[in-house]
Amino acid sequence: MSVRTLPLLFLNLGGEMLYILDQRLRAQNIPGDKARKVLHDIISTMFNRKFMEELFKPQDLYSKKALRTVYDRLAHASIMRLNQASMDKLYDLMTMAFKHQVLLCPRPKDVLLVTFNHLDAIKGFIQDSPAILHQVEEIFRQLTEVKCFFLLCLWQTYGGLSAGEFQLIRQTLLTFFQDLHIRVSLFLKDKVQNSNGRFVLPVSGPVPWGTEVPGLIRMFDSKGKEVKKVEFKHGGNYVTAPKEGSFELYGDRVLKLGTNMYSMNRPVETHMSGASKNLAPRTQENIAPNPLAKEELNFLARLMGGMEIKKPSGPEPGFRLNLFTTDEEEEQAALTRPEELSYEVINIQATQDQQRNEELARIMGELEVTDQPRQSASKGDDLLAMMDGL
Amino acid sequence: MVAVDSQGPQDSAVRMFRRERSIPLRGSAAALCNNLSVLQLPSRNLTHFGVVHGPSAQLVSAAPEGVPLAQRQLHAKEGAGVSPPLITQVHWCVLPFRVLLVLTSHRGIQMYESDGSVMVYWHALDSGDASPVQAVFARGIAASGHFICVGTWSGRILVFDIPAKGPNIVLSEELAGHQTPVTDIATEPAQGQDCVADMVTADDSGLLCVWRSGPEFKLLTRIPGFGVPCPSVQLWHGTVAAGYGDGQVRLYEAGTGTLHVQISAHARAICALDLASEAGKLLSAAEDTFVHIWKLSRSPESGYTEVEHCHGECVPDTQVCGARFCDPSGSSFAVTGYDLAEILRFSSV
Repeated sequence: MSVRTLPLLFLNLGGEMLYILDQRLRAQNIPGDKARKVLHDIISTMFNRKFMEELFKPQDLYSKKALRTVYDRLAHASIMRLNQASMDKLYDLMTMAFKHQVLLCPRPKDVLLVTFNHLDAIKGFIQDSPAILHQVEEIFRQLTEVKCFFLLCLWQTYGGLSAGEFQLIRQTLLTFFQDLHIRVSLFLKDKVQNSNGRFVLPVSGPVPWGTEVPGLIRMFDSKGKEVKKVEFKHGGNYVTAPKEGSFELYGDRVLKLGTNMYSMNRPVETHMSGASKNLAPRTQENIAPNPLAKEELNFLARLMGGMEIKKPSGPEPGFRLNLFTTDEEEEQAALTRPEELSYEVINIQATQDQQRNEELARIMGELEVTDQPRQSASKGDDLLAMMDGL
Repeated sequence: MVAVDSQGPQDSAVRMFRRERSIPLRGSAAALCNNLSVLQLPSRNLTHFGVVHGPSAQLVSAAPEGVPLAQRQLHAKEGAGVSPPLITQVHWCVLPFRVLLVLTSHRGIQMYESDGSVMVYWHALDSGDASPVQAVFARGIAASGHFICVGTWSGRILVFDIPAKGPNIVLSEELAGHQTPVTDIATEPAQGQDCVADMVTADDSGLLCVWRSGPEFKLLTRIPGFGVPCPSVQLWHGTVAAGYGDGQVRLYEAGTGTLHVQISAHARAICALDLASEAGKLLSAAEDTFVHIWKLSRSPESGYTEVEHCHGECVPDTQVCGARFCDPSGSSFAVTGYDLAEILRFSSV
C-alpha cells in the first residue's frame, strides 16, 4: 500500500475533530475565550514542526487503534478533558466523516482538495477571534511559519504524484476504513448514509474534471477519422464538470467535501451499528501479534515525541467536554458500546508487560526518544535549502 | 451522424437481467481493481469465485443456483517486513494441462492447486532498487499457453514456465516494457498465424504493451496512455479492450495500436473488464456503481471493430471493485463491491 498516506489521513481526521469540538464547545456553552484556547492549542500542536517532520516520513498506515491514541493525546493538548465514551464517539464521527469524503471524491487526487478544505477551515478558526487579536496575530504568525513548512511538505509529497499513485493512496485509505459502518444521525438525516450504515453513492451531478459525461460510442477508421457516433443510455444523470478545483494556496476548491457540515449547530449523534457477523473477521485482524504491536508503539513514540504538549501556564482551570447531550447518556454509551468497536486505548496502568510499560513511558514523553531517521540526510538538507530560499 | 441506441423487444441483442441469489463472503471485498476471479467448471456443475479481502483472500465454490458449497481462506505469505502483507489480486490461470490459482501480494507471488489446498510455488519479490516512497507489490496475472505472466510494481513482467504437473515452476523471463506499476494482463489463444499478438499488459500510466508469446516473448506494439491509469484490459480476436481511470473504454487493433472505438462508458474509474469470448460480449464495471455489457463485432464491409451497448445495471450505493461473466455466452455475471461481504449475481431473463 502507499507509504504517503499518513499525512492526508492525519490532517483530514484532525480537521473533522476540530469541526466537531467547535460545535460541541458552542453547544455546551463553554466561554468563548476558553473554547478558542482549546482550538488554538490543538491546532498549534497539530502543526508543530517536529511533529510534521515525523508525519511526512514515508511509512505504512498503522491500525485504527494506534491512530486513536494519537488523537486522544491531541484532544488533551489543552485545558479540555474528554471521558473515554466521548473520545470514542469523537473518533467514530471523525472516521466516518472522512471515510465518506474519500469514498465520494470524484477523482483520487481530489482528496487533496478535501485536505485544502480542512486547512482553509482551520485558518478560519484562528482568524475568527477579535477579542484576543494580539494573541491571535502571534499564533497566526507562528502558524503561518509552520503552515508554510507544512504546505511545503504537502507540496513536496503530493505535488508531483501521478493519477496512478493517487489511486493507490485512495485504495490505502479505503482499506483503513474497510468495514466501518457506524451510523451518524446527521448523515442519516441528510440522506448521505443509509440505515444499514452504508453511504449513498449518487449517480447524478457533475462528472469528475477530465471525465466525459457517459453515453457516447465513437468509432474510427484506421486513419483516425470518426466514422460513426452512437449514443446509449448510461442510466445515471450526469452533467459536465463546471470547473476544476484549485490546488493553490488560496482558491475556490469547488468540491464541498471536507467543509464544515456542523456549522449549522446540529447535534452530533452516532448510533452504534450493532453486532454484525461481518465485523468478526475484521476484529481478529486488529488483535495484532506482538511484533506488530511493538512497531506500532515505536511509531507512536516517534510521532508523539514530536508533539509538544503545552503544560497549562498559570491557574487556567480545565473543563470536561461531553460529546453527548447529558452525562447520563455518556455513561450509558460507555456501558453499551459493542465489544468489537472498542478501541482499547493503550492504558499505562492496565498493562502488565514490563517491556511495554517502558515503551509507554517513553511515549508519554518522559524519556528522550532516540530517533532513527528513515530519510537520508541529504533530503533534510534539501528541504532546509528550500526553506532558506523562500 | 448520430444514432440513438434503440432499445426494445425487437432488438435481439438487448437483454434484461435480474438479481439472483447472492453468495455470502466471510470478509468484505477490498477496494482493489479486478477484485473478482471466476473459474467456470460446467462439467462439474460448479463455479469457483475468488475475492480479496485484505491480508486474506476468499475462495467460494457455488452450485448453479448460487448455493455456496465450499469455502477457503488464503493468506499472504509473511516474508520480510513489518505490517501484515496485503493481497493485491487472486486469479485462476487455465493452462493446457492444469489450472493453478495465483495470488499476488506486497511480498510476492503464491501459486496453488486450483482449489487452493496446496501451495505449489512461492516467489518473493525483489525490492532491491525501490525507493523508500515506492510501494512494492505484484499485480496483474494471466496464463499464456504453458506460461503464467505476473506484473510487478516496477513495470517488469515475470514469466513463469509451468510444467504439466508438479511444483517445478521456473521463472523463465522478465519482460521490460513498462516503467510504472503493472495493473492488469490479458491473453488469448494465438489465432494460428505468425506474428500475432496474444498478450496485452497495462500499467498505472495508461500505457499498453502488446506481446507475442513464445519461448521468448516479443514486444510488438506500445499504445501510449493519456495521463490516467488503465486498471483493466482484455484481448478479443486481435482487439485490445482497455478500461481507464477516467471512465473511458477504448478498443484498439492489437497489431498496429490503432484506436477504433472510444466509449464514454462510466462516470468514475473503471475497475474491471471481462470478456465472454464466444459471444463477443464485453463487460465493464466502475466505481460509479454501474456495470455495462457491450457487444463487440467486426463490420463485414470495413473490417473495423464495432461496439453496441446491450445492458446497463446499477448496483446501488456500491463502489464496484470486481465483475466477471459466469458463463461462456455472457448471459450471467457476478459483481463484488468495496465493503460488501457478498458476491452479487445477475442473470438474463
